[in-house]
Amino acid sequence: MMDMPRAGLRRIGARVINSVWRIGTGTRFFALTLLHSGQSFGRFQLTVREIFSAGVLSLIIILVSGLFVGMVLGLQGYETLQTYGSEEALGVLVSLSLVRELGPVVAALLFASRAGSAITAEIGLMKATEQISAMEMMAVDPIARVVAPRFWGAVISMPLLAALFSAMGIFGGYLVGVVLIGVDEGSFWSQMQAAVDLREDILNGVIKSVVFGVAVTAIALFEGYDAPPTAEGVSRATTRTVVTSSLAILGLDFILTAFMFSGV
Amino acid sequence: MQRATLDLWVGIFVVMGLGALLFLALKVGNMTGLESGQTYTVRAEFENIGGLKPRAPVKSAGVVVGRVVEIGFDNQIYEALVTMRLDARYRFPKDTSASIMTSGLLGEQYIALEAGGESSMLAEGDRLKLTQGAVVLENLIGQFLYNKAEDAESKGAEGKGAAD
Repeated sequence: MMDMPRAGLRRIGARVINSVWRIGTGTRFFALTLLHSGQSFGRFQLTVREIFSAGVLSLIIILVSGLFVGMVLGLQGYETLQTYGSEEALGVLVSLSLVRELGPVVAALLFASRAGSAITAEIGLMKATEQISAMEMMAVDPIARVVAPRFWGAVISMPLLAALFSAMGIFGGYLVGVVLIGVDEGSFWSQMQAAVDLREDILNGVIKSVVFGVAVTAIALFEGYDAPPTAEGVSRATTRTVVTSSLAILGLDFILTAFMFSGV
Repeated sequence: MQRATLDLWVGIFVVMGLGALLFLALKVGNMTGLESGQTYTVRAEFENIGGLKPRAPVKSAGVVVGRVVEIGFDNQIYEALVTMRLDARYRFPKDTSASIMTSGLLGEQYIALEAGGESSMLAEGDRLKLTQGAVVLENLIGQFLYNKAEDAESKGAEGKGAAD
């Protein structure tokens, strides 16, 4: 009779201790990655290959989603603004919501599921097929050779992808608002230019996307490196990457927004 | 080092990303502003600035000629002290008047300058003497109701007078 609650308690305790343990290992792994990143800049070809797989291969999904998000914003924004007779402000609505929030956040969410999961699966499988141990046997540091280039490749790609997402979204809003519905083109652009600030809005958006890039990649790399070397372990690690990094993006976004836009 | 097609794709990607950033900075943001040109600073005191904010436009005849830089409170005269930076291309007479207006019904507030007739021009650091603060909606409604009541009262008095 007494065993039931005790076993439950023990399981909860083990989970908590295990997650604290993982946070510690993850932080140490992240610090090691930063320490061993000399090679990813010395042999930049390694990083370029990772920019290709993280950035270039994510281009299609980022561009298409950006276009459609912008088009939907244009349609919905027009419907609402029209009731107040201020449909000229459509450009402001589309550009501010994209540059400040949707660009960095949605691009990072897509990046986590497109590139983050790929990184985890790749490193997890390298571990399962003992490629990582083989590297260690040949005195090649796997963190410097495998992990750090992936980290920097993804961190470099992320702000570029977010900027492309925002630009594409604004183009989508322009297509729907100006070309399709017929909002005045001059006021669409000029009100947008009057409202969007280079430092306050665009630079803060870029900072956000860099932070999200670091968070997503660090989580993806650690989950891959930490995955149990079995088929099931890799599949679980991939799922965990997507879930954890999505939650991290949303949480970080709230914190960053509170810092950047509330104090002014 | 060997050039690979991979490098070409990465190059295209980086150029596209930087291009998007440039598009955001130039076409969407307002990098091309008054900040680059020559400017001079003018101050003005207002009874009430309403919802005026820093970076609000300063307009004359509807054309943007400058921006509000700073809004402070003068503790000596209990009035708002607004500092604005005007484009050096546009010179105004010393007796120019400033008033706070609203663009549209619910739009942002801006400062409208109306040129006077004096021959000497405003210089760096000058103060505008003729100012008119923002119209506060509550005061306006209050005044309207007061006038309405007064009208009704005088009409009532007239009616009484006629009856007598």
